[in-house]
Amino acid sequence: MRRASWFNITSLTLGFAFLYLPMVLLVFYSFNSSKLVTVWAGFSTKWYGELIRNEAFLDAAVVTLKVAVISSTLATILGTMAAYVLVRGGKFMGRTLFSGMVYAPLVMPEVITGLSLLLLFIGIGLDRGVLTIVLAHTTFSMCYVSVVVSSRLVTFDRSLEEAALDLGCSPFDAFRLVTLPIIAPAVISGWLLAFTLSLDDLVIASFTTGPSSTTLPIKIWSAVRLGVSPEINALSTIMIGVVTVGVIAASLISKHRTVKAQHDLQAAERGTS
Amino acid sequence: MSQTNFSPWDDPNGKPLIRFDNVTKKFGEFVAIDDLTLDIYEREFFALLGPSGCGKTTMMRMLAGFEDPTSGKMELAGKNIAGIPPNKRAVNMMFQSYALFPHLTVWDNIAFGLRRGGASKQQIEKRVEEMLTLTRMTKFARRKPHQISGGQRQRVALARSLAKAPKLLLLDEPLGALDKKLRQDTQFELMDIQESTGTTFVIVTHDQEEAMTVASRVAVMDEGRIIQVATPDRIYEAPNSVYVADFIGDVNIIEGTVKPAGEDLYYIDWNPNQAPLLAASERPFSDGQTAHLAIRPEKITISAEQPVEAKNTAKGSVLDIAYLGNLSTYYVQLDGGQVVKAQTANTRRLSRRSITWEDKVWISWSATAGVLLDR
Repeated sequence: MRRASWFNITSLTLGFAFLYLPMVLLVFYSFNSSKLVTVWAGFSTKWYGELIRNEAFLDAAVVTLKVAVISSTLATILGTMAAYVLVRGGKFMGRTLFSGMVYAPLVMPEVITGLSLLLLFIGIGLDRGVLTIVLAHTTFSMCYVSVVVSSRLVTFDRSLEEAALDLGCSPFDAFRLVTLPIIAPAVISGWLLAFTLSLDDLVIASFTTGPSSTTLPIKIWSAVRLGVSPEINALSTIMIGVVTVGVIAASLISKHRTVKAQHDLQAAERGTS
Repeated sequence: MSQTNFSPWDDPNGKPLIRFDNVTKKFGEFVAIDDLTLDIYEREFFALLGPSGCGKTTMMRMLAGFEDPTSGKMELAGKNIAGIPPNKRAVNMMFQSYALFPHLTVWDNIAFGLRRGGASKQQIEKRVEEMLTLTRMTKFARRKPHQISGGQRQRVALARSLAKAPKLLLLDEPLGALDKKLRQDTQFELMDIQESTGTTFVIVTHDQEEAMTVASRVAVMDEGRIIQVATPDRIYEAPNSVYVADFIGDVNIIEGTVKPAGEDLYYIDWNPNQAPLLAASERPFSDGQTAHLAIRPEKITISAEQPVEAKNTAKGSVLDIAYLGNLSTYYVQLDGGQVVKAQTANTRRLSRRSITWEDKVWISWSATAGVLLDR
């Protein structure tokens, strides 16, 4: 280990302060008993209580969760399928174009994605509501899933699938019984990623939402325009918590597996050979 | 040993289990298998031997069904198998990487193929136990592949590929990942298992010692073609070309022009400073033809005095000695400049060795010691 110099400590502190100070402030003031956001008047959890009694927020939360669960599940299915074909499909006409097109929405400005989806939904006469948000979120989060899953598939030992075929599996059974269980950690992290992306999306949701279906980010955004209330702070703190848990779980799932596998392997080589 | 009498390839009425009939396989412009014809018989332990890129793995993958021949016919037990997918063939393969399913236990790995075959639960259990006993893995049935050692993984892979009792088992460099000592033990285990199950084995290897040890017949391949197919002793003692002689074991190649010297006997002029060599050959050579005399180092005798009775003698000095423990290889530089390897078994202790560096020595061999080759 290198020793921590003053320079290192200072730059670390500055960097992390820059990243996390706003959020720390938000969490801190969510426990403020005063109604004035910037005046500290003692510790209290009363805003969390208020929040639970606020039906508009609760409705928005239900819509958000529904959208997040459905869209991330759809995105995981579609993204995994796309990744599988792009990695395994061999060389076909326009393969480079296809893989480029799958990843393009990653860098596409959200405003453009939202606008084009809105035009599509109006064009085909689809009423805007939960369904349209789900479709929109599936569209943009599927490419994240595809990136996560295909990076796992690239290192996947192809002879495992060949062994499954050799032992009598149809290609679909080989995928279901061998490939999928082995890449499951990547698929789950992909799902969690899609889930958190859907949870905190404001731009695309506000393009594709209808009057009856407001998601939490939209609710917060419109509430803040009337003034920041401690209730919003409390709500945002909960959302930060959910997203943090999701992201940490996603990375732990893949890390735990590799560490455990290495550990077992070393034990086996020591103990039995 | 039963294998001394086992030679279905000499039986003109014998029906081969596998038949390659003018098979060609191309990957784009690259010809991996070039118009290959070969018969492999039931209960054989057949080795495909060659350097990497010679097409041996392609042949195996065609047998397994992962590749289709570009042209020609491939038969398994009299039936054309081109186009039949791997899951519909009575052929199983043991992969070089073993390809054990990491999410399944040893037991479930072995049962995997049986479950696809629609066998009853009792049948599956019975068969898996049999396989575990055969490969001495019963104790480890509940472990996952990453919880056992490399040698054990190799045995699980073998058990899994044998579980469905295939007509043909393909082994792709099965012992490549094991260390030398374990490899030798495992070779004998493989032979025992092959004999007791009566399965036809086709093994791909680049290790000539391994091929010689396990196989009933060896096919030496180069650039998509089979150069020679024969029993290990024929391959070693009667190679049909310089390539085979050189690929299997150690050999001295002496190039010269042939002069007939009686029935099946030829003189080889190879060096103006040395007497012509005498070699026996059943293969006819014409006067003045260029030929290569291949002599194994262990068939050359090295001595300090000129041998009286030997047909072929040459004088030189010891350039180098490679001491291998059980054997010593002497690199003798002949008066014409050519270096010849001569090998002797070290039946005496090192301190009493009579020949050392820079010594003037004689090497000698009989007329039948070498093989005369035209290419």
